[in-house]
Amino acid sequence: MVNLLEVKKVSMFFGGLAAISDVSFEIRKGEILGLIGPNGAGKTTMFNVVNGFFNPTKGEVFFKGKKISGLKPHQICKLGVARTFQVVKPLQRMSVLDNVIASAFLRVKSRAEADEIAAETIKFTGLDDDKDVISKGLPLGKRKKLEMARALATQPEMLLLDESFAGLNPAELDESIGIIRKIKERGITIMIIEHHMKVIMAISDRIVVLSYGQKLAEGTPKQIGNNPLVVEAYLGEAESA
Amino acid sequence: MKKYFPLIALALLAILPLVGLSTYMMHIIILVVMWSIIGMAWNLLGGYCGQVSFGHAAYFGVGAYTAGILYSKLGASPWWGVPLSIIVVALFAFVLGYVVLRLRGPFFALATLASGEVMRVTTENWGDFTGGTLGILVQQRTWVEKTWYYYIILLIAALTFFLVKKLIESKLGYYFVAIREDQDAAESLGINTTLYKTVALCISGILTGIAGAFYTNYMGYIDPHVAFALHDISIITIMIVMVGGVATYWGPFVGAVIMVLLAEWVRSIPGLGAAHQTLFGILLIVIIIFLPNGIVGDYKKLKRLVGLGRT
Repeated sequence: MVNLLEVKKVSMFFGGLAAISDVSFEIRKGEILGLIGPNGAGKTTMFNVVNGFFNPTKGEVFFKGKKISGLKPHQICKLGVARTFQVVKPLQRMSVLDNVIASAFLRVKSRAEADEIAAETIKFTGLDDDKDVISKGLPLGKRKKLEMARALATQPEMLLLDESFAGLNPAELDESIGIIRKIKERGITIMIIEHHMKVIMAISDRIVVLSYGQKLAEGTPKQIGNNPLVVEAYLGEAESA
Repeated sequence: MKKYFPLIALALLAILPLVGLSTYMMHIIILVVMWSIIGMAWNLLGGYCGQVSFGHAAYFGVGAYTAGILYSKLGASPWWGVPLSIIVVALFAFVLGYVVLRLRGPFFALATLASGEVMRVTTENWGDFTGGTLGILVQQRTWVEKTWYYYIILLIAALTFFLVKKLIESKLGYYFVAIREDQDAAESLGINTTLYKTVALCISGILTGIAGAFYTNYMGYIDPHVAFALHDISIITIMIVMVGGVATYWGPFVGAVIMVLLAEWVRSIPGLGAAHQTLFGILLIVIIIFLPNGIVGDYKKLKRLVGLGRT
């Protein structure tokens, strides 16, 4: 398999604090990679590095063999990496449809083409009934879906999903898992941050575990589930909580 | 029907001079149309793109002085200032934008406010080039009558209206609104926020500058206090859009009608005229509390409020 994204010896310091230190991993084309770890492990920081919000203090990130660390987020998005946010950021005073149209314009110039992509994406994510709702008024479950729809409308090759399942009820959870599987069928590579262990174990092809900014383990869900280091990291957190 | 409303409005405005209005009335109407252009220009940047500028006098003044200096230094007709101001203001807005657009929210607002004042002080002190505080007087006016001035500014306003409408319904419009709603989200959706904010600023500045160049031709006299006025241009521009309706097509026009008439009326009241800025401040507070989306944006709410008052 080909590596789509390579994270090489990345460190991210904020002042004296190392949010990520010397982490390396690859994502293969077409797979779902789960990124897990206790709170404050550096998962979202890793997303911000890959997505271009942060320029890593040390190390480099490659996408399709091209160095992307140091580029601006909009340039990285144009190359084919889209993301969602843990704290959802819909364009509040725009309707759901307009939100998606705005991102669809990344690949096309005319309104008609953007409308077409947006309509298709909205159908795909099951937001058809809500497309005229102003996004400010959407419940959380649908906002999470809107985040996904917006990212998909940029027609990415790789999707970074930051806790797209947090706060969903069981019915919404099943629906979202279905959507993610469908995204994978389309050939889009996914990196996902998630706290729902059941979900992450079920959908990931491989998992990378971060703890205190360092890579603790990497492997298939089964290997990770049996790894004593991982169990300790999570139980340790449970004790202190 | 609604689709043709702008054209109907334009047709009605076009036959207005045939009614035989007084010179004073024509003057007021010309001012209304000119202010609606500036309002539309500000709305593009402040209303749609969310970058609230407190310094649109800078662009108005640069446009006005482009026409004025062309006349005073080169002896050319100040009308050439109208097309020339497009280039001059575009360059000016681009350079200024490079500095101020790095700032967000209140910092951007303060930087724009300062930019207007810096331009005023510079113009005052650069007497050799700008005529300093004496200003520039255009000796021969093109027409004594107001009619042609009216048609020229009406044409500019109509073009501005259709340009803004076209832009807002295109990719640019979606990108502007996306930037207004969340810059980080916009950036991660592939929108080059710095580039599109600069585009919004340049277009907005150019349109304001054209109005400024027209002003020089129409009034025949400019000085730094008039052309770069903080209260009478920068703040009034914001009020026009706030009163009329932020991010609406007709808001700037409605706002311009109200603000120009109000200004004329208040100034004519003996003993109260000098306090007109105080009254405008109070009006702005009332609007922000009760009609945060302006008269056009909160039209339904306004109708309900008035309706309740009757029962």
